[in-house]
Amino acid sequence: MNNRFLLTIKQGMICLASTAILVSCGNDKPKKENALTVKTNGVVQAELTAPPHVPAPIGDRSAKKLKVDMEILEEEGEMTDGVKYVYWTFGGSVPGSFIRTRVGDEVEFTLKNHPDNKLPHNIDLHAVTGPGGGAESSFVAPGQQKTFSFKTLNPGLYVYHCATAPVGMHIANGMYGLILVEPAGGLPKVDKEYYIMQGDFYTKGDYGEPGLQPFDMKKAVEEDADYVVFNGKVGALTGDNAITAEVGETVRLYVGNGGPNLVSSFHVIGEIFDKVHVEGGSIINKDVQTTLIPAGGAAIVEFRVDVPGTFILVDHSIFRAFNKGALGMLKVAGKDSSAIYTGTLQEGIYHPEGGTIQVTPDAPAAPEAGSAAERIEMGKRVYSRTCFACHQGEGQGIPGAFPPLANSDYMQADVNRAIDVVLHGLTGEITVNGTVYNSMMPGQVLTDEQAANVLTYIYQEMNGSDVEVTPAMVAKVRASK
Amino acid sequence: MRIHLYLLIAASFFVTQIWAQEKTEVKPIKGGTFVPLYGVDGAAVYIPEFLLDEHLVTNQQYLDFVKKYPKWQKQNVIKLFADDGYLRQWKNDTTLGENMLPNAPVTTISWYAAKEYCACQGKRLASMNEWEYAAMASETKANAQKDSLFNQRIVSSYEKPKTATLPIKSTYKNYYGIWDMHGLVWEWTSDFNSVLISGESRKDGETDRQLFCAAGSVNATDLMNYAAFMRYAFRGSIKANYCIQNLGFRCAKSIKK
Repeated sequence: MNNRFLLTIKQGMICLASTAILVSCGNDKPKKENALTVKTNGVVQAELTAPPHVPAPIGDRSAKKLKVDMEILEEEGEMTDGVKYVYWTFGGSVPGSFIRTRVGDEVEFTLKNHPDNKLPHNIDLHAVTGPGGGAESSFVAPGQQKTFSFKTLNPGLYVYHCATAPVGMHIANGMYGLILVEPAGGLPKVDKEYYIMQGDFYTKGDYGEPGLQPFDMKKAVEEDADYVVFNGKVGALTGDNAITAEVGETVRLYVGNGGPNLVSSFHVIGEIFDKVHVEGGSIINKDVQTTLIPAGGAAIVEFRVDVPGTFILVDHSIFRAFNKGALGMLKVAGKDSSAIYTGTLQEGIYHPEGGTIQVTPDAPAAPEAGSAAERIEMGKRVYSRTCFACHQGEGQGIPGAFPPLANSDYMQADVNRAIDVVLHGLTGEITVNGTVYNSMMPGQVLTDEQAANVLTYIYQEMNGSDVEVTPAMVAKVRASK
Repeated sequence: MRIHLYLLIAASFFVTQIWAQEKTEVKPIKGGTFVPLYGVDGAAVYIPEFLLDEHLVTNQQYLDFVKKYPKWQKQNVIKLFADDGYLRQWKNDTTLGENMLPNAPVTTISWYAAKEYCACQGKRLASMNEWEYAAMASETKANAQKDSLFNQRIVSSYEKPKTATLPIKSTYKNYYGIWDMHGLVWEWTSDFNSVLISGESRKDGETDRQLFCAAGSVNATDLMNYAAFMRYAFRGSIKANYCIQNLGFRCAKSIKK
């Protein structure tokens, strides 16, 4: 509002200045539509979708009276394998249902609090111009419903959330979602659109501790999150739940951050955002690697996918991605394009001193393990450098993304296969302890000695097996390829 | 079961008096002072000694009540005094719903109904301050406001779904011998709406300094306040004619001097 006012003054001053020189001052610029004067035409029931899907684009429809019916449900869900959590939801999902409107729509919003719920709730939509964003008018006891209405004035992507005391707790339990207000005529057409929202969760038990985990207010106040996840749970966007696209398509992600506490450094590994609607507003930034999404804020990111593969969505505050769950996948199918990305062309040993020196017999030998115990000790060091980030400290892996190495039937079934995976990597579907993983592990650049050590460590310390992998066994597998 | 119920109904036509509901034992709550979350000027409030029902009013007790006072039966209740949710899950005027336990707390009753029920027992609803005062007690302490485990337990119990269908005396008995002050259902109090929460809990700070102070004072050690916030928010969202599935009541009694 202020900006528009300033603009008018500026234009006025320019007008004055130019009338002094010339005669008149016509306003050549196309007038921006004043949302307040947009007339609505007809009534339509809003399509609401659960993440990662979004409703159909508004296209060129006129402004309408848009009826939104949203039900609040408090229900038990799964945070990650074996960990239960009672989520409070808008529409039965975390984040809540996606609402799609256009500028000038008159939204008639009905909030229904399911009779089984224990608590009163309300909704504050950041797209609302009015006190509390609707919070006061929508405060509703269990078993009741409230209706209020508002006109969408500013285009953009907005967060909505519950604002009932204690506000932080309602948000921490999953009460947030996104509402999109498209400009007249709609956003430019793209091939794929998805809905992703980050949130942090605070549980009594630490990450992965099984059972029904209650909300931990103390951790929430200290901002010490146990889980940082996309779409409400670990693995909501990995494996079979990954979002997909075809090579050559343009993908648009509506990304929000519910918080309650943490700010997201949203990044897609192996992609550059062609366009980012910064903070969900009208500024468009181009060629962005990582975009910051504040708690209670959003961004629209767009990119064309040019090469096939699995692209990992992360909060680039990277421990959140690998240790707390903030990880998703975009699987792109289609033909390779070596002009853009070749993959590994050649492997070789890097000799900083120049090749000739390396072949002298005086080069100091890398340390070799003298005993099985030494092998385990040295293997542990390799593990913490090479394997830890994905397969985690205890070899437990990350559900939905990285299979466990500890007590793993896959490891125990075939030693030579395990050696091969370490040396050459593995792509595609495998089943470990009854769970299907479909991911990609690169081949590791390790010497025979190092590979033998780390595998021995994994077998003996994590699987209680007495398998000792020797450098000779590794060499044999290496030679066989 | 069916025969038993049938007999009950049949008998009630003839000898209503004999089926008068089972009386709930009351326990004394020793008087004292405490600072309510939304008190006036943060001042301590003195609560004189009073008596409180040791358990919530049960479905069975309420069933007996409506048999004795038909004007509170589902079909007869005056709409002004109870919304459409009144005894919603009951099969009919004098039969509980199929899966309802007779010894679970009665819910989906309005404030008017609760008030009338207590009056018919020669009792009354507890005031909000009385209720909050008695609810501070854990199993072992009259005032457990500083006991973080007790408080975490309360907050967790508020999050637990579908506790209203459990039988009474299934959670804990507090210092005074009162059962289930937290963990089964919310409870009506006589002046539940005396603290006005607008629903815009952030703005309440602006309009009411006390709310603001309370909100401002919350820190990691004030877990008790979070539980209280949830109760006050709940009370702020309801009206006297609402009938809610997770809202029951118990009665209190003054001590005559």
